[in-house]
Amino acid sequence: MSNIDKATVAKIARLARIKTEEDKLEPLAGELNNILGWVEQLSEVNTDNIEPMASVVDAKLRWRTDEVTDGAKANSVLKNAPKPEYGFFAVPKVIE
Amino acid sequence: MTDLTKLKIAEARDMLAKGELTSRELTEAHIGAVDAMKSLNAYIVTTPDIALAQADAADAQIKAGNQKAMTGIPIGIKDLFATKGIHTQACSKILDGFKPEYESTVTQNLWDDGAVMLGKLNMDEFAMGSSNETSFYGPVKNPWRATGSNSDFVPGGSSGGSVASVAGFAAMGATASDTGGSIRQPAAFTGTFGIKPTYGRCSRYGMVAFASSLDQAGTITRDVRDGAIMLESISGFDPKDSTSVDIAVPNFEAALTGDIRGMKIGIPREYRLDGMPAEIEELWQKGIAWMKDAGAEIVDISLPHTKYALPTYYIVAPAEASSNLARYDGVKYGHRNIGDGGGLDDMYYATRGEGFGDEVKRRIMIGTYVLSAGYYDAYYLKAQKVRQLIADDFKQAFGQVDAILTPTAPSAAFAFGEKSDDPLAMYLNDVFTVPASLAGLPGSSVPAGLSADGLPLGLQVLGKAWDEETVLKVSGVIEQAAAFTAQPQEWWR
Repeated sequence: MSNIDKATVAKIARLARIKTEEDKLEPLAGELNNILGWVEQLSEVNTDNIEPMASVVDAKLRWRTDEVTDGAKANSVLKNAPKPEYGFFAVPKVIE
Repeated sequence: MTDLTKLKIAEARDMLAKGELTSRELTEAHIGAVDAMKSLNAYIVTTPDIALAQADAADAQIKAGNQKAMTGIPIGIKDLFATKGIHTQACSKILDGFKPEYESTVTQNLWDDGAVMLGKLNMDEFAMGSSNETSFYGPVKNPWRATGSNSDFVPGGSSGGSVASVAGFAAMGATASDTGGSIRQPAAFTGTFGIKPTYGRCSRYGMVAFASSLDQAGTITRDVRDGAIMLESISGFDPKDSTSVDIAVPNFEAALTGDIRGMKIGIPREYRLDGMPAEIEELWQKGIAWMKDAGAEIVDISLPHTKYALPTYYIVAPAEASSNLARYDGVKYGHRNIGDGGGLDDMYYATRGEGFGDEVKRRIMIGTYVLSAGYYDAYYLKAQKVRQLIADDFKQAFGQVDAILTPTAPSAAFAFGEKSDDPLAMYLNDVFTVPASLAGLPGSSVPAGLSADGLPLGLQVLGKAWDEETVLKVSGVIEQAAAFTAQPQEWWR
């Protein structure tokens, strides 16, 4: 089923926003094909009428009152930011 | 005076209570041991000043009659747990300089119980690995060496620093985390006791996320009793984690009765692998004999989807990882590389290309691929269905038995570089541990013997959901029967 070529690796790397040098694409294609080829044995398993697992515990997700329980910590939130400016996260310009 | 670093948690606790020992003495001895094992690279950050302050506070608490489960006990913390104001990077470059503004619930529980922090422990980057070789801070050496050899072995992974510190007498216990076997496999490689509780038993708040439906905290200690004490301390409901389950935490230490008479122990036939070393099979047979001697009944069981657990895991875990690790973008915390071109995307590409190691990139890419348009149903949805079948296998088996006994890993510790070039060979290390992780079940690894080369081997005990007590009880019986007293030679001193 899977046949990952260089172009596909480049596409995946782009989707994952991981800079990948041109000379790494071919070896990565080989590695990913190996791994995905191996996982393809799952196609042997009959999963008709099986619901995909959503949670390993039977517990129902809890409800809570919709109220503010935390906040007013802008300084803490920004403390580890590589380049905070004026109380905000700063990023390169995204609009002209 | 006896070497205080050789004490078990339970022994030290009792001596502290009687006033025969102070936490300061115990802590100073361990700070010395931590310094002496620098060459093993188990600790990536040490916190001696914090440890001594906590030790003095513990001594005051004990004097005031307020001794708790872990009061005055020096431990190490896996770098995956957020510790307020202290280096927390999951051993990744991409979290460079990250000092959280908050404390993980697991570590907070330990501090509330009086524990003393020696430092942060090395691990595979984002817990992705089975040998601790993917850490940004370099590999950890196993304190154990083969008989008559000076070669180094991997400690297993991902909790490599946790097991090395405990096996090497530089922590009385350590926190660890399990996604597919990261507690049990390294415990087996180092002759330590590792336990992973039921998914939802421990809060994941403040644990750096790898695969959220699998990640669960646990402990590494030198024996089963210590594991029971420390596991109880880190367990419990936490409203800050939506998957934490509100269920009472039993007294785990009280479960260690040593009495398993009449208990039914399942032996899954699918765990008998082709080409498995004879000594692993022999160890398993020994374990079966110990169970019988203790009055348990052995039941042959079948877990028919076992062979599909690893491929299922290597879809589910990377898929969740690719999603979880999307948060590392150079904006909010950690490493940033502005890149070429001056745009936002350029920054993302450069930051992530440089910040993640090869194995992490590989898993993010697999995850991205299996979740991408056109492949989601074929890979991810299929894997979640097979995962349900794997969980159903266990459910059926636990209708007949109280616990399951298997080997922990298909081999003893291996040499550096032996498997790091071949991702599939590395993944096969977790063949016995992954199924229970996928099903969210509690499991332990108990030191049970030595390989022909003199390296530790472990037996795995699996239990029903929420039945850590049986896992501990059976583990305790194995420990008694195995009488595993071997220790690593302290060649690093």
